[in-house]
Amino acid sequence: MPILDHLWIIMALPLLGAAINGLLGKNFSKTIVNSVGIGSVALSFLSAAEAIREYVQLSPDQPVLKTYFTWITAGIFKVDFALQVDQLTVVMLFVVTFVSMLVHIYSTGYMAHEEGYRRFFSYLNLFVFFMLTLVLAANVVLMFVGWEGVGLCSYLLVGFWFLKPSAISAGKKAFITTRIGDLGFTIGILLLFWTFHSVDFGAVFKQAAGMSVEGFAPTGVLTIISLLLFIGAIGKSAQIPLYVWLPDAMEGPTPVSALIHAATMVTAGVYMVARMNPLFSRAPFAMFVVALIGALTAFFAATIGLVQTDIKKVLAYSTVSQLGYMFLGLGVGAYAAGVFHLMTHAFFKGLLFLAAGSVIHAMGGDQEMPHMGGLRTKIPITFWCMFIATLAIAGIPGFAGFFSKDEILEAAGSGPHANLWFYWLGLIGAGMTSFYMFRLIFLTFFGKPRYDEHKVHVHESPWSMTGPLIVLAFLSTVGGWVAAPHLIGGTDYFEKFLHPVFAAYATNPGIEQGAGEIAGSPMTDLIHALTGWPVIIALLGLLLAWWFYIKSPDTPKKLAQSLRGPYTLILHKYYIDELYNAVIIAPLLWISTNVLWHVVDEGAIDGTVNGVARGLRESGGQVREIQSGNARSYATWVVIGAVGVTVLMLVIWMRVS
Amino acid sequence: MNIVPISYYLVLSAILFGLGVIAFVFKRNIITIFMAIELMLNAVNLAFVAFARAHNQLDGLVFVFFVIVVAAAEAAVGLAIVITVYQNRQTLNIERINLLKF
Repeated sequence: MPILDHLWIIMALPLLGAAINGLLGKNFSKTIVNSVGIGSVALSFLSAAEAIREYVQLSPDQPVLKTYFTWITAGIFKVDFALQVDQLTVVMLFVVTFVSMLVHIYSTGYMAHEEGYRRFFSYLNLFVFFMLTLVLAANVVLMFVGWEGVGLCSYLLVGFWFLKPSAISAGKKAFITTRIGDLGFTIGILLLFWTFHSVDFGAVFKQAAGMSVEGFAPTGVLTIISLLLFIGAIGKSAQIPLYVWLPDAMEGPTPVSALIHAATMVTAGVYMVARMNPLFSRAPFAMFVVALIGALTAFFAATIGLVQTDIKKVLAYSTVSQLGYMFLGLGVGAYAAGVFHLMTHAFFKGLLFLAAGSVIHAMGGDQEMPHMGGLRTKIPITFWCMFIATLAIAGIPGFAGFFSKDEILEAAGSGPHANLWFYWLGLIGAGMTSFYMFRLIFLTFFGKPRYDEHKVHVHESPWSMTGPLIVLAFLSTVGGWVAAPHLIGGTDYFEKFLHPVFAAYATNPGIEQGAGEIAGSPMTDLIHALTGWPVIIALLGLLLAWWFYIKSPDTPKKLAQSLRGPYTLILHKYYIDELYNAVIIAPLLWISTNVLWHVVDEGAIDGTVNGVARGLRESGGQVREIQSGNARSYATWVVIGAVGVTVLMLVIWMRVS
Repeated sequence: MNIVPISYYLVLSAILFGLGVIAFVFKRNIITIFMAIELMLNAVNLAFVAFARAHNQLDGLVFVFFVIVVAAAEAAVGLAIVITVYQNRQTLNIERINLLKF
């Protein structure tokens, strides 16, 4: 088991790549930067693949745990540098390393003409390192290190074009907003340690398994821990109310949006909640909150996505919405479905972003969909790949997104923790998803060109960019097929694979995670699945988008005019940014300026420092007069000193005698 | 034989030393100040010798020899400095030689 014993290799390779490119690469040519950047991640992918192969071959009952050294000891608080692999890690390892590799390859084409090429690859490699730390960690603290590390890399890469003010503020917004969530996460970790006297997953889960399910109220300790951890997930995975940073994060280069803000980092929250399932399963109230936040986010982010005109903004709100689905799945107890959607989403949303990057590349940097149109024949590879991804995200049967989203909605509608409100929110959200995605396709690739053909020379992207698109398009198609037998009453292989992770500490081993099996013959099951609400509503969305943007393109304008109020509200994203600005940022700025700056800093701190300096300067000015340069005055001082010493000695002598 | 009491020597030494101090502080010519220093040194020497005689010990005498040696050396160096100062400043008035503060 060469790699499974040395799991650190998987992490170390990208770190090494980041170090070589970042620290030594001052005079590297692009070829060297490329080979170091791609090579390290490709090797990391290969070693991860080998580790997965070894793990599956071994298929142990327990997670494979490797403790390398003790990192922190303070009393009973002990943190090891320990890595672990179980089925959940396997899925994440594959997604992270594989998508990272494709994005790296894509970036060599996309970033070819950019300044800071080496810096970009160095950051990207560093990101992969931290993401792998997060995924492989065997305790909460090490996981938190990766968690913060990816946040740092997100900040660095969103603000990659650091001469652009909007990019800088977007980077800061991303960092600070997620930090609010991380505060909850940190307190959650402390409470976790306080409760279980350990931060290792294995020890914590074993103790949690012995605890009973708590009541439906935010009072039990497991519920509080779960809710605090979920606050961290809200920040990282851009859920209501902390989702505002993700759309702004689109200021970063498009490969970054694809890798960090669609496929991997933003799903860290989903991974964390899935990882902590023994705690969440015993906290029904926390589960309810997870599902509620997920359903609301899935719905509201989708409504905002309906009217955006920036191609990347549509995808950003779509990501927020899809992350909401994942949490909805987790919240109703269908952990496997949530993780399944995480995986398929990584494929199709990564693909959508990369394809959008290809479109932007073709348009010479323009991201506004109203300026596009008719690109289908000009950039056919990009079109077909993006079309497949759209079919996948819309939930058209046969494509990856269909299987995963269907499972989530099924669990929300008829699972053990079903809630019809959540089901309908998710269902309507799915319809809107289909609508805005086909709207994007129709506006971008169909109709007449709306750009100046003499100015913009639309061209297909190089192979380094289209290659990854094709690979991801393939995965967006077949990625869900592992669950396909489920439709005809068979086994869901994905769920079966993950089953040990979620069943090991399940509250009631008798009940299967996720949706119950549908009784009936294979054929009726298939018909049932293919004619279910999710499919119908997805097709409705497609039809509506076709009607609005192909058949009669005047309809959207008329509709916007007749529904002026709601339209403006949604167009301005419910004024959430403005609300936060007025309620949080403005008062904070006021206090910082008028109290902390002018009173505390200038008055108290500067006053003290300057006062001491002024006092010393003035007394120094007085004392300076003594040193006149006149030798006779010095002599006088010597005499005075000598007399003084003599008198002193006489006084002492008289006292003593 | 009547021996002069030690207090006489000490009073004389103190008077000489006081004169030296006064001259040292109030005189303006460097050479005169120099002589005042010599006066103070020799006043101390007188006290040493007187004590050595009174206690019948050689320590005081040894000190005196040291002081004489140091005074000779000091005279050599000091006079050289005085000559150099005069060559540069064309004056021996200590009030005018006040660059020591820099």
